[in-house]
Amino acid sequence: MINPWMRFKKNKAALFGSILLLIYFVTALFAPLLYPGNPSAPNLATALERPSIKEPLGKDELGRSILGRIIYGSRVSLLIAIGVVCVGLFIGVPLGLISGYYGGKVDFGIQRATDTLLAFPGFLLALALVAVLGVGLKNTIISVGISMIPIYIRLVRGCTLSVKEQTYVEAARALGTRDLTILFRHILPNVMAPITIQTSLGMGTAILFAAGLGFLGIGVQPPTPEWGAMLGSGRPYLFHAPHVATFPGMAIFFAVLGFNLSGDGLRDILDPRFKS
Amino acid sequence: MFQYVLKRLFSTIPVLFGISLLLFFMLRMLPGDPAQVLAGQMASPEDIETIRQQLGLHRPVLVQYGLFLGRLVRFDLGRSARTQHPVIKEVWARLPNTILLAVSAIGLACLFGIPAGILAAIRPYTWIDYLFTSLALFGISMPVFWLGLMLIILFSVTLHWLPAGGTGSWKHLILPSLTLAAFVVAFITRMTRASMIEALSQDYTTTARSKGLKEEVVVIKHALKNAMIPIITVVGLQFGLLLGGAVLTETVFAWPGMGRLIVDSILARDYPVIQGAILIFGLLYILVNLGVDLLYAYLDPRIRYD
Repeated sequence: MINPWMRFKKNKAALFGSILLLIYFVTALFAPLLYPGNPSAPNLATALERPSIKEPLGKDELGRSILGRIIYGSRVSLLIAIGVVCVGLFIGVPLGLISGYYGGKVDFGIQRATDTLLAFPGFLLALALVAVLGVGLKNTIISVGISMIPIYIRLVRGCTLSVKEQTYVEAARALGTRDLTILFRHILPNVMAPITIQTSLGMGTAILFAAGLGFLGIGVQPPTPEWGAMLGSGRPYLFHAPHVATFPGMAIFFAVLGFNLSGDGLRDILDPRFKS
Repeated sequence: MFQYVLKRLFSTIPVLFGISLLLFFMLRMLPGDPAQVLAGQMASPEDIETIRQQLGLHRPVLVQYGLFLGRLVRFDLGRSARTQHPVIKEVWARLPNTILLAVSAIGLACLFGIPAGILAAIRPYTWIDYLFTSLALFGISMPVFWLGLMLIILFSVTLHWLPAGGTGSWKHLILPSLTLAAFVVAFITRMTRASMIEALSQDYTTTARSKGLKEEVVVIKHALKNAMIPIITVVGLQFGLLLGGAVLTETVFAWPGMGRLIVDSILARDYPVIQGAILIFGLLYILVNLGVDLLYAYLDPRIRYD
């Protein structure tokens, strides 16, 4: 039996994904050291300046450094990704556990609500929620987070249905253990593998959704450096300054790729069906 | 089969009920007077009062919901706060464009995704497999709006081959369809590969090979035929993903579809249109899922008897 870390290390794609994520997290953490200036300070004299040795990614329509804004944007995007999966985890996981464990009317109610949320494609649901809640960082996290909840409910419910039939759960029940203890101490640790995989993949999706909202102008608002919004503001200059829209898109792409590769790698390690 | 169809039709009722509740409370969650929100900022006090009477806002919430359901059943979604045209007309006018875009994107995605998945499956763990699975992963990770812009830079700005946006000819459809197809081709490739690998390892494939059949016949007639069921399901389910992606693609290419209508309406705070477009999107998604389920049951009789 090879230990999980060795298996992860052997999976080159997953390792590449993790390195990508490490770069993003380090960039976000040390942003002020990597770019000491103010990434939102405009300088119209240098607007739409092309990439050069001094300014490797060029300047945007307000003369702000694109590299600086991408560096600071990693903080915003990772904050959104973490916030979104937290919303999904803290609401979706308990509901999935309760739905799967108790069954009956509770399960029926939760599942029909889940069906309703799943009746809309994820991005559309986030869009509809933004229409109600309004724009901004907090509302972007809440809207995209709510669109993730039904996915966690379905996933955790399915796993709970199979885990609750295990002998150790029956034994705990026979000993008179409280339902809450059974749910969180016996069932939850045994459904953590799919939750971990979904969390990694979900963070990538969260970045894509939030960037999509930012691109449409209904996500994080300027001057906050957010990759999707940067891309959107570079769109009118596509014909004579394509660099403004190109680099923020690459930042989104590699971040999502990192989460997807790591999620796939985790699946190979944690999902019993892939272990052979 | 008839019983299964009925059962599946009945199962959509709670979802439809849920959607109606979501739309009803969506408006009531907004700060301020729902009548003012629906009428728009420029409406006169008389217009606002008329809407208040129509919605029954002075009556209990349950009665209001009943009235709302009644209007929903008649597809009476009110008037746009911007144009004052009936919402259903606005949505109906845009729907064919979105369907055209979605269908052409799904077609393109199948045209590339299914052969790519088959090639990857018959040569697993070779460079062909790695190439197609990597491309699939890139497709999943790529922001659709960024890909759209990059295609515009290449084909419209640099090469001058295709228009950068709008409608009018088949040429206008190419870039938006390609962009949207890239969004779903990854899922189709992955599912085709996985199903084909499984089908190729089954006893009936070994039997076909041992009978001395040509490899092409084994792959296409025996393996692919059996692998098609999950592939069809994924193709159908991707339709929902396409609707989400269409919002962004239509914005990038100024394509006059439902997605762009929703975005324009959100920016203009035109809530009647937002409600109507979301309702139609939801219904469309439910219909497609229902169709896929029924097709699945038709192709695989085991589903019907479960």
